Amino acid sequence: MTRVLVIGAGPAGLAAAAAAADAGARVTLLDSGDGLGGQYWRHLPPQRPSRREARLHHGWKHFQHLQARVRDRVEVITEAQVWAIETAGGTTARVLIGPSDAAGRESRRLTADAVVLAPGAHDRTLPFPGWHLPGVYSAGAAQALAKGERIRVGRKVVVAGAGPFLLPVAQSLTGAGATVLGVYEAARLPAIARGWLPRPQRLLRTAHKGRELAGYAFHHLSRRVPYRLGRAVVEARGDGRVEEAVIARLDADWAPIPGTERTVAADAVCVSHGFTPRLELPIAAGCAIGPDRFVQVDADQRTSVPGVYAAGEITGIGGVDAALVEGRIAGHRAAGGDPAALAGDRRLRRATTDLARRIEAAHGIRPGWTSWLRDDTVVCRCEEVPYGRLRDTAAATGQSALRSVKLTTRAGLGICQARMCGRTVEELTGASTGDPCDTSDRRPLAAPIRLGDLAELATAPNGDSA
Amino acid sequence: MSDIVPWGADPIRPAEPRPLRLTVDGETVEGLQGQSIAGVLLAQGRTAWRSTTAGRPRGVFCGIGVCFDCVATVNGESDVRLCLRRAADGDAVETQDDHDSAEGARP
Ligand SMILES: Cc1cc2nc3c(=O)[nH]c(=O)nc-3n(C[C@H](O)[C@H](O)[C@H](O)COP(=O)(O)OP(=O)(O)OC[C@H]3O[C@@H](n4cnc5c(N)ncnc54)[C@H](O)[C@@H]3O)c2cc1C
Repeated sequence: MTRVLVIGAGPAGLAAAAAAADAGARVTLLDSGDGLGGQYWRHLPPQRPSRREARLHHGWKHFQHLQARVRDRVEVITEAQVWAIETAGGTTARVLIGPSDAAGRESRRLTADAVVLAPGAHDRTLPFPGWHLPGVYSAGAAQALAKGERIRVGRKVVVAGAGPFLLPVAQSLTGAGATVLGVYEAARLPAIARGWLPRPQRLLRTAHKGRELAGYAFHHLSRRVPYRLGRAVVEARGDGRVEEAVIARLDADWAPIPGTERTVAADAVCVSHGFTPRLELPIAAGCAIGPDRFVQVDADQRTSVPGVYAAGEITGIGGVDAALVEGRIAGHRAAGGDPAALAGDRRLRRATTDLARRIEAAHGIRPGWTSWLRDDTVVCRCEEVPYGRLRDTAAATGQSALRSVKLTTRAGLGICQARMCGRTVEELTGASTGDPCDTSDRRPLAAPIRLGDLAELATAPNGDSA
Repeated sequence: MSDIVPWGADPIRPAEPRPLRLTVDGETVEGLQGQSIAGVLLAQGRTAWRSTTAGRPRGVFCGIGVCFDCVATVNGESDVRLCLRRAADGDAVETQDDHDSAEGARP
Protein backbone atom coordinates (compact mmCIF):
# COMPACT_ATOMS: atom_id res chain seq x y z
CA MET A 1 0.00 0.00 0.00
CA THR A 2 1.34 3.43 -0.95
CA ARG A 3 2.17 5.58 2.04
CA VAL A 4 1.46 9.28 1.63
CA LEU A 5 2.50 12.03 4.02
CA VAL A 6 0.64 15.36 3.85
CA ILE A 7 2.20 18.38 5.57
CA GLY A 8 -0.25 21.15 6.45
CA ALA A 9 -3.96 20.73 7.23
CA GLY A 10 -5.35 23.85 5.58
CA PRO A 11 -7.78 23.56 2.65
CA ALA A 12 -5.04 22.15 0.37
CA GLY A 13 -3.71 19.57 2.83
CA LEU A 14 -7.17 18.43 3.95
CA ALA A 15 -8.27 17.94 0.35
CA ALA A 16 -5.04 16.12 -0.45
CA ALA A 17 -5.32 13.77 2.53
CA ALA A 18 -8.94 12.90 1.74
CA ALA A 19 -8.19 12.32 -1.96
CA ALA A 20 -5.15 10.17 -1.21
CA ALA A 21 -7.19 8.02 1.19
CA ASP A 22 -9.95 7.69 -1.44
CA ALA A 23 -7.34 6.50 -3.92
CA GLY A 24 -6.34 3.75 -1.50
CA ALA A 25 -3.20 5.08 0.16
CA ARG A 26 -2.26 4.91 3.81
CA VAL A 27 -2.16 8.57 4.77
CA THR A 28 -0.66 10.60 7.59
CA LEU A 29 -1.65 14.28 7.89
CA LEU A 30 0.49 16.64 9.97
CA ASP A 31 -0.12 20.17 11.16
CA SER A 32 1.82 22.31 13.60
CA GLY A 33 -1.39 23.81 14.99
CA ASP A 34 -3.71 22.02 17.39
CA GLY A 35 -6.70 22.07 15.05
CA LEU A 36 -7.43 21.46 11.38
CA GLY A 37 -8.54 23.99 8.76
CA GLY A 38 -5.45 26.14 8.22
CA GLN A 39 -5.82 29.88 7.81
CA TYR A 40 -9.06 29.87 5.88
CA TRP A 41 -11.03 27.77 8.36
CA ARG A 42 -9.29 28.96 11.49
CA HIS A 43 -11.83 28.52 14.26
CA LEU A 44 -12.37 28.55 18.01
CA PRO A 45 -10.79 25.60 19.84
CA PRO A 46 -12.94 22.82 21.31
CA GLN A 47 -12.55 24.40 24.77
CA ARG A 48 -14.74 27.26 23.50
CA PRO A 49 -17.66 25.68 21.64
CA SER A 50 -20.36 27.82 20.05
CA ARG A 51 -23.63 27.07 18.33
CA ARG A 52 -23.25 29.26 15.27
CA GLU A 53 -19.57 29.12 14.44
CA ALA A 54 -20.54 28.70 10.77
CA ARG A 55 -21.45 32.41 10.68
CA LEU A 56 -17.75 33.26 10.74
CA HIS A 57 -16.93 31.13 7.70
CA HIS A 58 -17.54 30.40 4.07
CA GLY A 59 -17.89 26.75 3.12
CA TRP A 60 -18.05 25.63 6.75
CA LYS A 61 -20.08 22.55 5.80
CA HIS A 62 -17.44 21.59 3.27
CA PHE A 63 -14.81 21.91 5.99
CA GLN A 64 -16.75 19.77 8.44
CA HIS A 65 -17.26 17.17 5.77
CA LEU A 66 -13.55 17.11 4.88
CA GLN A 67 -12.60 17.02 8.52
CA ALA A 68 -14.90 14.07 9.21
CA ARG A 69 -13.56 12.15 6.21
CA VAL A 70 -10.00 12.79 7.25
CA ARG A 71 -10.53 11.96 10.92
CA ASP A 72 -12.15 8.71 9.82
CA ARG A 73 -9.62 7.39 7.38
CA VAL A 74 -6.34 9.19 7.89
CA GLU A 75 -3.83 9.25 10.70
CA VAL A 76 -3.96 12.88 11.88
CA ILE A 77 -1.17 14.27 14.05
CA THR A 78 -1.65 17.83 15.30
CA GLU A 79 0.86 20.00 17.18
CA ALA A 80 3.34 18.34 14.81
CA GLN A 81 5.98 20.75 13.60
CA VAL A 82 7.96 19.52 10.59
CA TRP A 83 11.43 21.03 10.95
CA ALA A 84 13.37 19.18 8.25
CA ILE A 85 12.72 17.05 5.21
CA GLU A 86 14.98 14.64 3.34
CA THR A 87 14.22 13.19 -0.07
CA ALA A 88 16.98 10.67 -0.65
CA GLY A 89 15.43 7.17 -0.95
CA GLY A 90 11.75 7.98 -0.24
CA THR A 91 10.76 11.00 1.80
CA THR A 92 11.56 11.46 5.45
CA ALA A 93 10.08 14.26 7.52
CA ARG A 94 11.51 15.13 10.88
CA VAL A 95 8.82 16.17 13.29
CA LEU A 96 8.57 17.57 16.81
CA ILE A 97 5.27 16.85 18.51
CA GLY A 98 3.98 18.93 21.41
CA PRO A 99 3.03 22.50 22.38
CA SER A 100 4.69 25.03 20.10
CA ASP A 101 8.20 26.16 21.07
CA ALA A 102 8.23 23.87 24.12
CA ALA A 103 11.47 22.13 25.09
CA GLY A 104 11.61 18.34 25.11
CA ARG A 105 8.87 17.66 22.54
CA GLU A 106 8.55 14.13 21.20
CA SER A 107 10.75 13.67 18.14
CA ARG A 108 9.68 11.46 15.24
CA ARG A 109 10.98 10.59 11.82
CA LEU A 110 8.19 9.79 9.36
CA THR A 111 8.92 8.13 6.03
CA ALA A 112 6.60 7.73 3.06
CA ASP A 113 6.56 6.87 -0.64
CA ALA A 114 5.20 10.31 -1.53
CA VAL A 115 4.69 13.60 0.26
CA VAL A 116 2.28 16.46 -0.38
CA LEU A 117 3.61 19.81 0.82
CA ALA A 118 0.80 22.20 1.75
CA PRO A 119 2.23 24.66 4.30
CA GLY A 120 0.42 27.72 2.92
CA ALA A 121 1.51 31.34 3.01
CA HIS A 122 1.66 34.28 5.38
CA ASP A 123 0.71 37.80 4.56
CA ARG A 124 3.30 40.30 3.49
CA THR A 125 3.30 43.84 4.86
CA LEU A 126 5.43 46.51 3.21
CA PRO A 127 7.15 48.71 5.80
CA PHE A 128 5.93 52.26 6.39
CA PRO A 129 6.85 54.85 9.05
CA GLY A 130 5.41 53.74 12.39
CA TRP A 131 4.52 50.18 11.36
CA HIS A 132 6.51 48.92 14.33
CA LEU A 133 4.06 50.51 16.79
CA PRO A 134 1.87 48.21 18.89
CA GLY A 135 -1.62 48.40 17.42
CA VAL A 136 -0.35 47.95 13.87
CA TYR A 137 -1.10 44.40 12.74
CA SER A 138 -0.86 42.42 9.56
CA ALA A 139 -4.36 42.04 8.14
CA GLY A 140 -3.96 38.28 8.60
CA ALA A 141 -3.42 38.79 12.33
CA ALA A 142 -6.67 40.72 12.65
CA GLN A 143 -8.41 37.92 10.75
CA ALA A 144 -6.80 35.09 12.72
CA LEU A 145 -7.56 36.75 16.06
CA ALA A 146 -11.19 37.48 15.15
CA LYS A 147 -11.87 33.97 13.85
CA GLY A 148 -9.72 31.95 16.19
CA GLU A 149 -10.08 33.90 19.44
CA ARG A 150 -12.95 36.39 19.05
CA ILE A 151 -10.45 39.16 19.76
CA ARG A 152 -11.03 42.50 18.10
CA VAL A 153 -7.71 44.22 17.64
CA GLY A 154 -9.26 47.66 18.01
CA ARG A 155 -12.49 49.62 18.25
CA LYS A 156 -11.76 52.06 15.42
CA VAL A 157 -9.79 50.23 12.80
CA VAL A 158 -8.17 51.12 9.49
CA VAL A 159 -7.70 48.27 6.99
CA ALA A 160 -5.23 48.86 4.16
CA GLY A 161 -2.91 47.26 1.65
CA ALA A 162 -3.78 45.39 -1.52
CA GLY A 163 -5.87 42.49 -2.70
CA PRO A 164 -9.29 40.92 -2.22
CA PHE A 165 -8.22 39.54 1.18
CA LEU A 166 -8.81 42.97 2.74
CA LEU A 167 -12.56 42.45 2.32
CA PRO A 168 -13.04 39.37 4.53
CA VAL A 169 -10.75 41.01 7.08
CA ALA A 170 -13.01 44.07 7.25
CA GLN A 171 -16.02 41.80 7.53
CA SER A 172 -14.53 39.81 10.41
CA LEU A 173 -13.66 43.01 12.21
CA THR A 174 -17.15 44.46 11.93
CA GLY A 175 -18.55 41.03 12.86
CA ALA A 176 -16.52 41.26 16.07
CA GLY A 177 -18.01 44.67 16.84
CA ALA A 178 -15.20 46.92 15.63
CA THR A 179 -15.86 50.00 13.52
CA VAL A 180 -13.91 49.77 10.29
CA LEU A 181 -13.13 53.36 9.33
CA GLY A 182 -12.25 52.39 5.81
CA VAL A 183 -10.62 49.82 3.57
CA TYR A 184 -7.80 51.46 1.60
CA GLU A 185 -6.73 49.52 -1.47
CA ALA A 186 -3.45 50.60 -3.11
CA ALA A 187 -4.45 49.53 -6.62
CA ARG A 188 -6.21 52.16 -8.71
CA LEU A 189 -9.23 51.61 -10.90
CA PRO A 190 -7.35 51.03 -14.20
CA ALA A 191 -5.27 48.26 -12.60
CA ILE A 192 -8.35 46.71 -11.03
CA ALA A 193 -10.11 46.80 -14.39
CA ARG A 194 -7.08 45.33 -16.16
CA GLY A 195 -6.98 42.46 -13.70
CA TRP A 196 -10.64 41.71 -13.18
CA LEU A 197 -12.54 42.69 -16.34
CA PRO A 198 -11.03 40.73 -19.25
CA ARG A 199 -12.65 37.40 -20.22
CA PRO A 200 -15.42 37.51 -17.62
CA GLN A 201 -16.66 34.10 -18.78
CA ARG A 202 -13.58 32.58 -17.14
CA LEU A 203 -14.40 34.20 -13.83
CA LEU A 204 -17.75 32.46 -13.91
CA ARG A 205 -15.98 29.13 -13.63
CA THR A 206 -14.86 30.17 -10.19
CA ALA A 207 -18.40 31.35 -9.49
CA HIS A 208 -18.21 30.26 -5.91
CA LYS A 209 -15.38 32.70 -5.17
CA GLY A 210 -17.28 35.35 -7.14
CA ARG A 211 -20.28 34.88 -4.88
CA GLU A 212 -18.06 35.18 -1.83
CA LEU A 213 -16.59 38.46 -3.14
CA ALA A 214 -20.03 39.77 -4.06
CA GLY A 215 -21.09 38.96 -0.52
CA TYR A 216 -18.34 41.19 0.81
CA ALA A 217 -19.29 43.99 -1.56
CA PHE A 218 -22.87 43.77 -0.30
CA HIS A 219 -21.67 43.66 3.25
CA HIS A 220 -19.61 46.79 2.72
CA LEU A 221 -22.49 48.67 1.20
CA SER A 222 -24.87 47.56 3.89
CA ARG A 223 -22.53 48.47 6.73
CA ARG A 224 -21.31 51.59 4.98
CA VAL A 225 -17.65 50.73 5.25
CA PRO A 226 -15.89 52.98 2.76
CA TYR A 227 -13.78 51.09 0.21
CA ARG A 228 -11.28 53.44 -1.44
CA LEU A 229 -8.99 52.62 -4.34
CA GLY A 230 -5.54 54.11 -4.95
CA ARG A 231 -4.87 54.85 -1.30
CA ALA A 232 -2.42 53.66 1.33
CA VAL A 233 -1.55 54.11 4.96
CA VAL A 234 1.77 55.97 4.63
CA GLU A 235 2.36 56.46 8.33
CA ALA A 236 1.13 55.27 11.72
CA ARG A 237 1.62 57.64 14.63
CA GLY A 238 1.24 57.43 18.36
CA ASP A 239 2.99 57.56 21.70
CA GLY A 240 4.00 53.96 22.43
CA ARG A 241 1.05 52.62 20.43
CA VAL A 242 -0.92 53.59 17.37
CA GLU A 243 -3.24 56.57 17.77
CA GLU A 244 -3.63 57.78 14.22
CA ALA A 245 -3.05 56.72 10.63
CA VAL A 246 -2.02 58.95 7.74
CA ILE A 247 -3.71 58.00 4.48
CA ALA A 248 -2.55 59.30 1.10
CA ARG A 249 -3.59 58.90 -2.50
CA LEU A 250 -1.23 56.88 -4.68
CA ASP A 251 -0.26 57.19 -8.31
CA ALA A 252 -0.42 54.18 -10.62
CA ASP A 253 2.99 53.01 -9.36
CA TRP A 254 1.91 53.28 -5.73
CA ALA A 255 3.96 56.42 -5.00
CA PRO A 256 2.06 58.69 -2.61
CA ILE A 257 0.84 61.93 -4.20
CA PRO A 258 2.14 64.86 -2.11
CA GLY A 259 -0.54 67.03 -0.57
CA THR A 260 -3.20 64.31 -0.45
CA GLU A 261 -2.43 63.13 3.10
CA ARG A 262 -5.29 62.86 5.54
CA THR A 263 -5.07 61.84 9.18
CA VAL A 264 -7.63 59.66 10.94
CA ALA A 265 -7.78 58.69 14.61
CA ALA A 266 -7.62 54.91 14.97
CA ASP A 267 -6.62 52.44 17.66
CA ALA A 268 -5.65 49.67 15.24
CA VAL A 269 -4.23 49.62 11.72
CA CYS A 270 -4.30 46.33 9.78
CA VAL A 271 -2.14 46.18 6.68
CA SER A 272 -1.34 43.49 4.14
CA HIS A 273 0.01 43.79 0.59
CA GLY A 274 -0.31 40.20 -0.52
CA PHE A 275 1.08 36.85 0.56
CA THR A 276 4.47 35.16 0.75
CA PRO A 277 4.57 31.37 0.37
CA ARG A 278 6.22 29.32 3.11
CA LEU A 279 9.06 27.89 1.07
CA GLU A 280 11.25 26.37 3.79
CA LEU A 281 10.13 22.78 3.24
CA PRO A 282 10.05 22.79 -0.58
CA ILE A 283 13.50 24.38 -0.71
CA ALA A 284 14.82 21.87 1.83
CA ALA A 285 13.34 19.07 -0.28
CA GLY A 286 15.17 20.45 -3.34
CA CYS A 287 12.05 21.50 -5.29
CA ALA A 288 12.54 23.93 -8.17
CA ILE A 289 11.24 27.42 -7.38
CA GLY A 290 10.05 29.57 -10.30
CA PRO A 291 11.07 33.13 -11.10
CA ASP A 292 7.78 34.20 -9.50
CA ARG A 293 9.10 32.65 -6.26
CA PHE A 294 6.46 29.93 -6.04
CA VAL A 295 7.01 26.16 -6.13
CA GLN A 296 6.91 24.93 -9.72
CA VAL A 297 4.43 22.13 -10.36
CA ASP A 298 3.09 20.29 -13.39
CA ALA A 299 -0.56 19.47 -14.13
CA ASP A 300 -0.37 16.65 -11.55
CA GLN A 301 0.96 19.05 -8.85
CA ARG A 302 4.31 17.24 -9.07
CA THR A 303 7.37 19.28 -8.13
CA SER A 304 10.78 18.78 -9.75
CA VAL A 305 11.63 16.17 -7.08
CA PRO A 306 10.22 12.66 -7.63
CA GLY A 307 7.62 11.75 -5.02
CA VAL A 308 7.21 15.35 -3.81
CA TYR A 309 3.93 17.12 -4.63
CA ALA A 310 2.89 20.67 -3.74
CA ALA A 311 -0.56 22.21 -3.33
CA GLY A 312 -2.16 25.41 -2.11
CA GLU A 313 -0.63 28.82 -1.60
CA ILE A 314 2.99 27.64 -1.98
CA THR A 315 2.28 27.23 -5.71
CA GLY A 316 0.49 30.57 -6.21
CA ILE A 317 -2.01 32.82 -4.46
CA GLY A 318 -5.36 31.70 -5.81
CA GLY A 319 -7.53 31.50 -2.70
CA VAL A 320 -9.40 28.62 -1.15
CA ASP A 321 -10.83 27.10 -4.34
CA ALA A 322 -7.36 26.84 -5.85
CA ALA A 323 -6.03 25.27 -2.66
CA LEU A 324 -8.83 22.70 -2.59
CA VAL A 325 -8.58 21.59 -6.21
CA GLU A 326 -4.79 21.46 -6.13
CA GLY A 327 -4.98 19.41 -2.95
CA ARG A 328 -7.36 16.93 -4.56
CA ILE A 329 -5.14 16.50 -7.61
CA ALA A 330 -1.95 16.21 -5.54
CA GLY A 331 -3.42 13.70 -3.08
CA HIS A 332 -4.94 11.56 -5.82
CA ARG A 333 -1.73 11.43 -7.86
CA ALA A 334 0.56 10.99 -4.83
CA ALA A 335 -1.48 7.90 -3.97
CA GLY A 336 -1.04 6.59 -7.51
CA GLY A 337 -4.67 7.30 -8.49
CA ASP A 338 -5.82 7.10 -12.10
CA PRO A 339 -5.12 10.40 -13.92
CA ALA A 340 -8.22 9.88 -16.10
CA ALA A 341 -10.40 10.52 -13.06
CA LEU A 342 -9.13 14.10 -12.85
CA ALA A 343 -10.60 15.77 -15.96
CA GLY A 344 -13.09 17.91 -14.04
CA ASP A 345 -10.56 18.98 -11.43
CA ARG A 346 -8.03 19.92 -14.10
CA ARG A 347 -10.56 22.24 -15.73
CA LEU A 348 -11.33 23.82 -12.39
CA ARG A 349 -7.63 24.23 -11.70
CA ARG A 350 -7.16 26.17 -14.94
CA ALA A 351 -9.90 28.53 -13.79
CA THR A 352 -8.32 29.08 -10.38
CA THR A 353 -4.93 29.71 -12.01
CA ASP A 354 -6.70 32.41 -14.01
CA LEU A 355 -7.98 33.91 -10.75
CA ALA A 356 -4.46 33.98 -9.30
CA ARG A 357 -3.22 35.83 -12.40
CA ARG A 358 -6.01 38.38 -12.07
CA ILE A 359 -5.18 39.04 -8.43
CA GLU A 360 -1.52 39.62 -9.32
CA ALA A 361 -2.35 41.84 -12.31
CA ALA A 362 -4.77 44.00 -10.34
CA HIS A 363 -3.19 44.10 -6.88
CA GLY A 364 0.49 43.14 -7.34
CA ILE A 365 3.02 45.35 -5.53
CA ARG A 366 4.19 48.35 -7.63
CA PRO A 367 7.68 49.85 -7.17
CA GLY A 368 6.61 53.38 -6.17
CA TRP A 369 5.80 52.32 -2.61
CA THR A 370 9.41 52.88 -1.55
CA SER A 371 8.85 56.63 -1.71
CA TRP A 372 6.76 56.50 1.47
CA LEU A 373 9.84 55.24 3.36
CA ARG A 374 11.94 57.62 5.44
CA ASP A 375 15.53 57.14 6.53
CA ASP A 376 14.43 56.12 10.02
CA THR A 377 11.64 53.75 8.91
CA VAL A 378 12.30 50.31 10.41
CA VAL A 379 12.68 47.70 7.67
CA CYS A 380 13.92 44.69 9.67
CA ARG A 381 11.62 44.54 12.70
CA CYS A 382 13.78 42.07 14.65
CA GLU A 383 17.11 43.86 14.41
CA GLU A 384 15.54 47.34 14.10
CA VAL A 385 17.45 48.16 10.90
CA PRO A 386 16.26 51.48 9.42
CA TYR A 387 15.85 52.08 5.69
CA GLY A 388 18.59 54.73 5.53
CA ARG A 389 21.25 52.42 6.92
CA LEU A 390 20.22 49.59 4.63
CA ARG A 391 20.26 51.77 1.52
CA ASP A 392 23.57 53.45 2.36
CA THR A 393 25.31 50.17 3.14
CA ALA A 394 24.17 48.60 -0.10
CA ALA A 395 25.20 51.70 -2.07
CA ALA A 396 28.57 52.23 -0.36
CA THR A 397 29.76 48.71 -0.91
CA GLY A 398 28.10 48.06 -4.24
CA GLN A 399 26.98 44.79 -2.77
CA SER A 400 24.63 42.67 -4.70
CA ALA A 401 24.94 39.42 -2.79
CA LEU A 402 22.22 39.32 -0.18
CA ARG A 403 24.47 37.59 2.30
CA SER A 404 26.93 40.43 2.59
CA VAL A 405 24.21 43.08 2.84
CA LYS A 406 22.73 41.10 5.68
CA LEU A 407 26.02 40.57 7.49
CA THR A 408 26.89 44.26 7.35
CA THR A 409 23.52 45.68 8.37
CA ARG A 410 22.15 42.69 10.32
CA ALA A 411 18.89 43.07 8.37
CA GLY A 412 17.17 39.70 8.18
CA LEU A 413 19.43 38.05 10.75
CA GLY A 414 17.04 38.36 13.69
CA ILE A 415 14.76 35.85 15.34
CA CYS A 416 12.20 35.70 12.51
CA GLN A 417 14.99 34.77 10.08
CA ALA A 418 13.89 37.32 7.47
CA ARG A 419 10.39 35.90 7.18
CA MET A 420 9.01 39.43 7.60
CA CYS A 421 11.59 41.58 5.78
CA GLY A 422 13.43 39.21 3.44
CA ARG A 423 11.70 40.09 0.19
CA THR A 424 11.67 43.77 1.08
CA VAL A 425 15.40 43.81 1.87
CA GLU A 426 16.10 42.13 -1.47
CA GLU A 427 14.06 44.76 -3.29
CA LEU A 428 15.50 47.73 -1.43
CA THR A 429 19.12 46.70 -1.88
CA GLY A 430 18.79 45.38 -5.41
CA ALA A 431 20.24 42.08 -4.24
CA SER A 432 20.33 39.51 -6.98
CA THR A 433 17.73 36.80 -6.58
CA GLY A 434 18.57 34.71 -9.63
CA ASP A 435 19.43 31.67 -7.56
CA PRO A 436 16.70 30.66 -5.09
CA CYS A 437 19.40 29.21 -2.85
CA ASP A 438 20.79 32.71 -2.30
CA THR A 439 17.46 34.35 -1.48
CA SER A 440 15.99 35.12 1.90
CA ASP A 441 13.69 32.10 1.45
CA ARG A 442 16.49 29.71 2.27
CA ARG A 443 16.61 28.77 5.94
CA PRO A 444 18.65 25.95 7.44
CA LEU A 445 15.74 24.80 9.60
CA ALA A 446 12.09 24.95 8.55
CA ALA A 447 11.05 25.85 12.08
CA PRO A 448 12.77 27.20 15.19
CA ILE A 449 14.23 24.56 17.49
CA ARG A 450 15.83 24.98 20.88
CA LEU A 451 19.57 24.52 20.82
CA GLY A 452 19.44 21.84 23.50
CA ASP A 453 16.91 19.85 21.48
CA LEU A 454 18.89 20.26 18.27
CA ALA A 455 21.99 18.68 19.79
CA GLU A 456 19.91 15.67 20.82
CA LEU A 457 18.04 15.43 17.51
CA ALA A 458 21.23 15.41 15.51
CA THR A 459 22.24 12.16 17.15
CA ALA A 460 18.87 10.50 17.87
CA PRO A 461 18.60 7.19 16.03
CA ASN A 462 14.81 6.74 16.22
CA GLY A 463 13.15 5.47 13.06
CA ASP A 464 9.45 5.49 12.38
CA SER A 465 7.25 5.34 9.36
CA ALA A 466 4.06 6.97 8.25
CA MET B 1 -7.47 49.14 22.30
CA SER B 2 -7.84 45.44 21.78
CA ASP B 3 -10.48 43.45 23.64
CA ILE B 4 -12.60 40.33 23.35
CA VAL B 5 -16.16 40.04 22.04
CA PRO B 6 -18.25 39.55 25.21
CA TRP B 7 -19.50 35.96 24.96
CA GLY B 8 -23.07 36.84 25.92
CA ALA B 9 -23.33 39.33 23.05
CA ASP B 10 -21.51 37.28 20.41
CA PRO B 11 -23.81 36.38 17.49
CA ILE B 12 -22.12 32.98 17.16
CA ARG B 13 -23.73 32.05 20.51
CA PRO B 14 -20.78 30.58 22.40
CA ALA B 15 -21.21 28.41 25.47
CA GLU B 16 -20.19 30.07 28.72
CA PRO B 17 -16.39 30.04 28.70
CA ARG B 18 -14.41 28.50 31.53
CA PRO B 19 -11.86 30.73 33.26
CA LEU B 20 -8.18 30.15 33.87
CA ARG B 21 -5.42 32.07 35.56
CA LEU B 22 -1.86 32.75 34.72
CA THR B 23 0.77 35.14 35.98
CA VAL B 24 2.58 37.75 33.93
CA ASP B 25 5.73 39.05 35.63
CA GLY B 26 4.25 37.80 38.89
CA GLU B 27 0.86 39.46 38.52
CA THR B 28 -2.26 37.32 38.21
CA VAL B 29 -4.15 37.64 34.94
CA GLU B 30 -7.54 36.07 34.21
CA GLY B 31 -8.15 34.35 30.92
CA LEU B 32 -10.39 31.76 29.30
CA GLN B 33 -9.75 28.10 28.60
CA GLY B 34 -8.76 27.75 24.95
CA GLN B 35 -7.21 31.20 24.54
CA SER B 36 -3.65 31.60 23.37
CA ILE B 37 -1.50 33.46 25.88
CA ALA B 38 -1.41 36.38 23.41
CA GLY B 39 -5.22 36.17 23.32
CA VAL B 40 -5.37 36.43 27.11
CA LEU B 41 -3.24 39.57 27.04
CA LEU B 42 -5.04 41.19 24.10
CA ALA B 43 -8.40 40.51 25.75
CA GLN B 44 -7.17 42.60 28.69
CA GLY B 45 -6.31 45.48 26.36
CA ARG B 46 -2.62 44.81 26.66
CA THR B 47 -1.07 45.33 23.21
CA ALA B 48 2.66 45.23 24.03
CA TRP B 49 4.82 43.11 26.33
CA ARG B 50 8.25 42.77 24.77
CA SER B 51 10.89 45.37 24.11
CA THR B 52 13.30 45.21 21.21
CA THR B 53 17.05 45.81 21.10
CA ALA B 54 16.19 49.47 20.49
CA GLY B 55 13.98 49.47 23.58
CA ARG B 56 10.73 49.75 21.63
CA PRO B 57 7.54 48.01 22.75
CA ARG B 58 6.10 45.11 20.74
CA GLY B 59 3.13 42.78 21.00
CA VAL B 60 1.36 40.77 18.30
CA PHE B 61 2.04 41.64 14.67
CA CYS B 62 1.42 38.63 12.39
CA GLY B 63 -0.72 36.54 14.74
CA ILE B 64 0.32 33.22 13.15
CA GLY B 65 3.82 32.55 14.44
CA VAL B 66 5.87 34.07 11.64
CA CYS B 67 7.15 37.43 12.98
CA PHE B 68 8.26 36.45 16.52
CA ASP B 69 7.32 39.90 17.85
CA CYS B 70 5.17 38.37 20.60
CA VAL B 71 7.74 36.06 22.22
CA ALA B 72 8.03 35.79 26.00
CA THR B 73 9.37 33.36 28.58
CA VAL B 74 6.79 30.75 29.61
CA ASN B 75 7.43 28.53 32.63
CA GLY B 76 11.14 29.24 32.33
CA GLU B 77 11.46 28.64 28.57
CA SER B 78 12.39 31.76 26.63
CA ASP B 79 11.28 32.83 23.12
CA VAL B 80 7.88 31.16 23.17
CA ARG B 81 5.53 32.65 20.55
CA LEU B 82 2.52 33.63 22.63
CA CYS B 83 0.19 33.73 19.61
CA LEU B 84 0.75 29.99 19.09
CA ARG B 85 0.82 28.78 22.68
CA ARG B 86 -2.49 27.83 24.31
CA ALA B 87 -2.71 29.21 27.83
CA ALA B 88 -2.71 26.58 30.58
CA ASP B 89 -3.97 27.25 34.08
CA GLY B 90 -1.02 28.35 36.22
CA ASP B 91 1.33 29.31 33.38
CA ALA B 92 4.03 31.72 34.55
CA VAL B 93 4.83 34.25 31.83
CA GLU B 94 7.78 36.61 32.05
CA THR B 95 8.13 39.36 29.51
CA GLN B 96 11.39 39.68 27.59
CA ASP B 97 13.46 42.81 27.29
CA ASP B 98 15.96 42.50 24.45
CA HIS B 99 17.18 46.01 25.20
CA ASP B 100 18.72 44.82 28.49
CA SER B 101 20.29 41.73 27.01
CA ALA B 102 21.56 43.61 23.96
CA GLU B 103 23.40 46.08 26.18
CA GLY B 104 25.27 43.19 27.72
CA ALA B 105 25.92 41.32 24.51
CA ARG B 106 26.50 44.09 21.99
CA PRO B 107 27.84 47.26 23.58
C1 LIG C 1 -3.58 34.75 8.82
C2 LIG C 1 -4.26 34.44 7.53
C3 LIG C 1 -5.66 34.45 7.47
C4 LIG C 1 -6.32 34.17 6.27
N1 LIG C 1 -7.69 34.23 6.24
C5 LIG C 1 -8.33 34.09 5.04
C6 LIG C 1 -9.75 34.28 4.95
O1 LIG C 1 -10.41 34.53 5.95
N2 LIG C 1 -10.34 34.20 3.73
C7 LIG C 1 -9.61 33.93 2.60
O2 LIG C 1 -10.18 33.86 1.51
N3 LIG C 1 -8.28 33.72 2.67
C8 LIG C 1 -7.63 33.81 3.84
N4 LIG C 1 -6.27 33.66 3.90
C9 LIG C 1 -5.58 33.24 2.69
C10 LIG C 1 -5.37 31.73 2.86
O3 LIG C 1 -4.00 31.51 2.98
C11 LIG C 1 -5.99 30.82 1.79
O4 LIG C 1 -7.27 31.18 1.43
C12 LIG C 1 -6.02 29.34 2.22
O5 LIG C 1 -6.11 29.18 3.60
C13 LIG C 1 -4.79 28.67 1.69
O6 LIG C 1 -4.85 27.30 1.96
P1 LIG C 1 -3.55 26.40 2.11
O7 LIG C 1 -4.07 25.04 2.41
O8 LIG C 1 -2.67 26.59 0.94
O9 LIG C 1 -2.73 26.98 3.35
P2 LIG C 1 -3.11 27.27 4.89
O10 LIG C 1 -4.55 27.43 5.08
O11 LIG C 1 -2.21 28.37 5.29
O12 LIG C 1 -2.67 25.93 5.64
C14 LIG C 1 -1.32 25.57 5.83
C15 LIG C 1 -1.20 24.74 7.09
O13 LIG C 1 0.11 24.19 7.15
C16 LIG C 1 0.58 24.22 8.47
N5 LIG C 1 2.06 24.22 8.42
C17 LIG C 1 2.84 25.15 7.80
N6 LIG C 1 4.15 24.81 7.95
C18 LIG C 1 4.18 23.67 8.66
C19 LIG C 1 5.23 22.83 9.14
N7 LIG C 1 6.53 23.12 8.91
N8 LIG C 1 4.91 21.72 9.86
C20 LIG C 1 3.61 21.42 10.11
N9 LIG C 1 2.57 22.17 9.68
C21 LIG C 1 2.85 23.28 8.97
C22 LIG C 1 -0.02 25.47 9.06
O14 LIG C 1 -0.15 25.36 10.47
C23 LIG C 1 -1.38 25.55 8.35
O15 LIG C 1 -2.41 24.99 9.14
C24 LIG C 1 -5.58 33.88 5.10
C25 LIG C 1 -4.17 33.86 5.17
C26 LIG C 1 -3.52 34.13 6.36
C27 LIG C 1 -2.01 34.11 6.38
